[in-house]
Amino acid sequence: MSSISKIEYQKKELPSRLQSIGLLLTVLGLVIVLAGYLINPDRMAFNNIIGLTFIISIAVGALFFVAIEYLSGAVWSTPFRRIIEIVSSFVIIVPLFVIPLLLNVHSVFHWTHPEAVNADKILSAKAPYLNVNFFIIRVIAFIAIWMLFQYLITKNSKIQDSSKDQTLTSRNIKLSAIFVPFFALTISFTGIDWLMSLEPHWFSTIFGIYYFSGTVLAALATVTFIAVKLNENGFLVKGLIADHYYSLGALLFAFINFWAYIAFSQFLLIWYANLPEETFWFLQRWEGSWVLWTIGLMIVHFIVPYFGLLSQPSKMDPKKLKFFSLWILAAHYYDLYFLVMPNYSKSGVALSWYEIGFPVLTVGLMIILFINKSKKENLVPIGDPKLKRGIDFRL
Amino acid sequence: MMKEKILYGYSGIFNSPDEISHAAEKATEIGFTKFDVHTPYPLHGMNKAMNLAPSKLGYVALILGLSALMGAIFSLWWVSSIEYPIIVGGKPFFSFPAFVPVMFEVTVLTASVGTVLAMLFFFFKLPNNSHPLHGTEYMQKVSSDKFGLFIQAEDAKFEENAIKSFFESVHASDVNAVYWDDEEINYKHRIFEPKFLVFLFVAALITSGATYFTLNKLMNMVPFNWMMEQQKQNPQQKSLIFSDGYGMRKPVEGTIARGFLPYQFKGLPDLAAEKLINPIPITKEVLALGQKKYDTFCSPCHDYQGTGISRLRGQFPNPPSLHSDKVRNWKDGRIYAVIMDGQNVMPSYTTQLDENERWAVIHYVRALQRSQNAKESDIK
Repeated sequence: MSSISKIEYQKKELPSRLQSIGLLLTVLGLVIVLAGYLINPDRMAFNNIIGLTFIISIAVGALFFVAIEYLSGAVWSTPFRRIIEIVSSFVIIVPLFVIPLLLNVHSVFHWTHPEAVNADKILSAKAPYLNVNFFIIRVIAFIAIWMLFQYLITKNSKIQDSSKDQTLTSRNIKLSAIFVPFFALTISFTGIDWLMSLEPHWFSTIFGIYYFSGTVLAALATVTFIAVKLNENGFLVKGLIADHYYSLGALLFAFINFWAYIAFSQFLLIWYANLPEETFWFLQRWEGSWVLWTIGLMIVHFIVPYFGLLSQPSKMDPKKLKFFSLWILAAHYYDLYFLVMPNYSKSGVALSWYEIGFPVLTVGLMIILFINKSKKENLVPIGDPKLKRGIDFRL
Repeated sequence: MMKEKILYGYSGIFNSPDEISHAAEKATEIGFTKFDVHTPYPLHGMNKAMNLAPSKLGYVALILGLSALMGAIFSLWWVSSIEYPIIVGGKPFFSFPAFVPVMFEVTVLTASVGTVLAMLFFFFKLPNNSHPLHGTEYMQKVSSDKFGLFIQAEDAKFEENAIKSFFESVHASDVNAVYWDDEEINYKHRIFEPKFLVFLFVAALITSGATYFTLNKLMNMVPFNWMMEQQKQNPQQKSLIFSDGYGMRKPVEGTIARGFLPYQFKGLPDLAAEKLINPIPITKEVLALGQKKYDTFCSPCHDYQGTGISRLRGQFPNPPSLHSDKVRNWKDGRIYAVIMDGQNVMPSYTTQLDENERWAVIHYVRALQRSQNAKESDIK
């Protein structure tokens, strides 16, 4: 095999233009969010939930990816792992997005009103789980767990850059093994707490994994876009080729299918059983202009990226990969909007300047954080013992 | 003999995956096109080193998958909404969500099995089980622990000395010439080779025959009896359990069939009048039912109004009017006894009217009586 004799990595500064774009987006997003909260706090709070679950998807999903790479012993993704780690560090945005929601918890969650709970048999039966105190405890505990593991795993990886200590890898494997079950539970309950409890009378036993499928997809799309973009411009290690791109694309493609599989399973079971306490959730999304949004979800989230990434060459084409990773990221936001907003506007799709605030703010913050991190760290885990095999990876 | 042999190509042996990759890259560089690499396990990056075009197998899978998808949609639509429509769970005959799992399964099954078969028959030329490299020492080595490169004599750049020096330059060991076997030279690839078809047929025959013999004769198991045979006694079947040999048994004495409470007042109309009360309420529906049954079964003799002036025009003696004081003062149970037992010329109506209908008719008769003898209070 044509192996590369040594690892060629030159640390470079990202262009300063990016910093100003990030700053501009952040300020713009912040202004819209603040204005929204002043004018229509209810609507902004619902948007806040979308923004929150979106950034949780990206950050925590990325941490899951780091853990999976350690656990499976994958080598192809090692050259990209520092990027995934930096993306997972976006988890510090999560508390920022949680705070305004905790202040407005009564305007989004029906079950936080004691008089409504007392008048309602179902809600009072669910009250031991769905009450404000326990909810806040869960939210804080989950964020603490994510931040703890994020800190521990990435710290070891960073130290390895200079020390080249192989025991750090095995320590991270152990940490990952502990993290993965925590991830499964926290991400399921995050989906239940923030998204499913918006409609506390509804329940779907598959909802946790539905949110998980979108989570992994969003994280992977973010990583793919950044990795391809940086590699094209020579910010990463030399020797990353179509084979590496193909692996990213194949994983994206797999999770597009996984999402569709889970989403359809959820629908099929509810459709077949035809129980009124379950079907109303879908019927709500089939009313007024929501029907277009629901049909759009199938097209945007499955059909277009499915056919876009179906063939082998398209998974290797950096242009297509960049396009579809951005597309999938937008599709995940679209999906979250589909889950959240029908609870705010029952009659039809509500789109206005309110809805722009959180995506713009999120993207702005992500850019700033990424640049900030990239100044302090290498963009490639140069001390990782798997790196050379990772660069030599061929299909 | 030796002179008749025709050269197939040259083979060389390598010891490590790195060496064989390097050799393949070199061979590509020189411009050989008709060469092949044999390794004990798949080597990553080899298709690039050999400069192979992407496999066409993907298109086979795509076409098979798409056509299976279409076929599945069509057959599901045809079966469940045209040919044999059955209501399942109150869903429409053509209910797309229910079809999706089947469509998915059919697509995946057809595409995967079809792709494997296409690979075997079109790419591996399956019925042909002979190749010049078979049985050579080269093949023995590359299928255990060595890596081999083989260059065909058909290659445009083939020239024996050049090949030998090429193998030398990439440090190959055991460079050998391989010759065609005589019968292989003029072989043409046919999928429907008679020999192969006969083989398939015989194999199918042996497999199914052996299965039938084992299950049916050896183990006495009927294959696929499904619901044909059940451990129960069918009507008119001889019983092996009961000594009289009757499969159909008489019910135990005193057995009462569900919903058929026997009539206890046969021939005792006065007792019936005393003990029986009308169990069903007077509602619009009950009166409508009573009217319908009365008009059908009673009115031919008793007349629509119950006057007894019947439509039978004297073929039978006319029954007395139902509006007489006697009948009006009868209890419901007494009328019930008449319906059950008959009276004078009137036969029993037990077979025509079931229990509910009898009581409904009695309600209706009461209504008729009241219509002819209304009280002052009824008018208000």
